[in-house]
Amino acid sequence: MAGAAKNEPGRVDWRLAAPLGFTYLAFFAAPLLILLAMSFAADDRFASFSMDSWVKFWGDPFYRGVVYDTVRLGMVAVLATSALSYPIALLFIASGPLVRKLLIFIILLPLLTSVVIRTFAWIVILAREGVVNQTLLALGLTSAPLNLLQTELGLVIALTQIEMPLMLLPLVTVMQQINPSLSDASRALGGSKWRTFFRVILPLSLPGWIAGATLVFASATTAFISQTVIGGARLVYLPSLIWQQSMVVFDWPFAAVASVTLLVAVLSGVMLFSLLGRFARTT
Amino acid sequence: MNQPLPVDQGANAAIQRRSVGEPLTLDGITHSYGDGLAVDDVTLQVAGGELVALLGPSGCGKSTLLRIVAGFLNQSQGHVKIGERFVDSLPPNRREVGIVFQNYALFPHMTVADNIAYGLDARGDSRSDQRFRVEKMLKTVRMEDFGDRKPGQLSGGQQQRVALARALAVQPRILLLDEPFAALDKNLRLDMQIEIKRLQRQFALTAILVTHDQEEAMAIADRIAVMRKGRIEQLGTPVEIYDQPETLFVNDFIGSSNRFEGEVLGREADRYVIRLDNGAIWHIATSKTFSTGDAVLVTARPEQLVLVDQPYDGAFAVERTLSLPLGGTLIHDVETPKGATIKVAAPRRVGEAAPPLGPTHCALTENAAPILFPKSAG
Ligand SMILES: Nc1ncnc2c1ncn2[C@@H]1O[C@H](COP(=O)(O)OP(=O)(O)OP(=O)(O)O)[C@@H](O)[C@H]1O
Ligand SMILES: [Mg+2]
Repeated sequence: MAGAAKNEPGRVDWRLAAPLGFTYLAFFAAPLLILLAMSFAADDRFASFSMDSWVKFWGDPFYRGVVYDTVRLGMVAVLATSALSYPIALLFIASGPLVRKLLIFIILLPLLTSVVIRTFAWIVILAREGVVNQTLLALGLTSAPLNLLQTELGLVIALTQIEMPLMLLPLVTVMQQINPSLSDASRALGGSKWRTFFRVILPLSLPGWIAGATLVFASATTAFISQTVIGGARLVYLPSLIWQQSMVVFDWPFAAVASVTLLVAVLSGVMLFSLLGRFARTT
Repeated sequence: MNQPLPVDQGANAAIQRRSVGEPLTLDGITHSYGDGLAVDDVTLQVAGGELVALLGPSGCGKSTLLRIVAGFLNQSQGHVKIGERFVDSLPPNRREVGIVFQNYALFPHMTVADNIAYGLDARGDSRSDQRFRVEKMLKTVRMEDFGDRKPGQLSGGQQQRVALARALAVQPRILLLDEPFAALDKNLRLDMQIEIKRLQRQFALTAILVTHDQEEAMAIADRIAVMRKGRIEQLGTPVEIYDQPETLFVNDFIGSSNRFEGEVLGREADRYVIRLDNGAIWHIATSKTFSTGDAVLVTARPEQLVLVDQPYDGAFAVERTLSLPLGGTLIHDVETPKGATIKVAAPRRVGEAAPPLGPTHCALTENAAPILFPKSAG
């Protein structure tokens, strides 16, 4: 009976969580607090505190634009990966075991290559004399090569490919668990394929989508390498702004403001997705 | 409360768009998955308002056949006709076939009411019509108080009722039931069997029930199609299937029976004279033809056998090893000298206890109609 009390649901033995908990406190929570404090520092020596950096950041339309562009990039990446992932996930659940294995392999393949290599591969593809432009020119679809590098479109294309596994894996996992009889039931009740998708499959797949959207949003907004390599100097997002301010300009309080802003932006996006999911499920 | 209450009649009239269900014809249906033949040339006519049970062991192709009727699978060969119309080229959502699955397949993210309204909404009924019919259907399956619940908050039997209400709400032309009782415990199963039979009668629905429970098939089907390896082995009323199994497979699959080996001695009037290997002489009527000297198998149900005190030429010696009073029946396990076990069932009179174990004799009851099969069939 003594053991039974320990197994009660809701009663967690915190001692097991303590090592990781303290690690987080020391190396995650504490630095975050320092970062927050730094954003209010008035000078390099942290002797006095003021709102100066915050006012400078939010008072300047350029920096507000950077925040907006960063969040937008995350949203567009989520939209693009969602639009491409659902058809693949549907194909996956409709397939036999062999095709499923093949699909999983294709989905995982990008993860086996480093982000840096994939990003540089995209430069080769998107460049003025790259594969895309050569194909378009050969087909006569365009007379002059398109400028894809250092554009948001090019960056979104690359990020979509790079981040597809993050959307696909949770989505496929959840959709696999949906009872296939549910689609049959919907069809037998007179539901078209579209109705079956929007009324049955989509709502039931939302937990997977929320997980995927969260991962894609968080990593697209913070994708420093892809953003700087493909976006170049023309496109500025929060991660490169932070790098520039801290490592080039050495304005640490200002970099801290940008960092806290990025953190809050990512967290808000994540919260938005789970709210959206919960809202869609209950209506 | 001042108004007259024609509600129930009105509801039933609305539900009962067709007074008699439409016939279903399966014509030479064949289906194979890759190289394995799952359904092999099945031809079956289900009359309007009739409930036919597809009965057979696991893997004999029952579900496959049902999925073909519903349109989830396209058969390799053959035709499905509902009423006067071939439906082979129609997708499932245009066949007007209702289906109830073993796991109910209720939409877990919708309330009970939304589940029932799903098909109504799909065909474009107005909101108020939907609400009206959902209420009627909830009443029909006696679930009025559960409209706002989610399926996860219901018991198995309640989910079953909702699944039935959902399928019936759109007035399907055919109702398909794929092992709908398999997940229910025994008492509830009986209730639901009665419930389904009641609704099927009430709405004069043409229905196909898939099951591998022979008692269930006997209890609620008008006719039973016994399936084996993708073919219909025998089609008939429950009584025909039980009393006159055409093959050993059907005989063994339905009910329990005892098997004896023997030899044809000759023919007397309309009966063959058979000498069993255990020495007894039985006179058995059959429509099959045998000639003298043929080796045969004889099967007899436990209730067609009786234990007698005195030996005679129709009886053989056995040893009673076990007697169980099961309610109104006494079940005896008896053993032949060769060691074969035979089951004998007899009605138990009030106060009658199990008789003492020991040697006795076994014979046919007066009206017994054992079945003859050629030995080669076994
Ligand atoms: N999707 C499939 N792919 C390949 N073979 C299948 C598939 N579904 C069923 N089969 C095979 O077809 C045969 C008939 O299967 P079916 O599901 O119709 O049997 P069943 O009579 O419904 O059995 P049970 O009583 O176990 O439900 C089986 O041999 C089965 O292995
Ligand atoms: Mg089955």
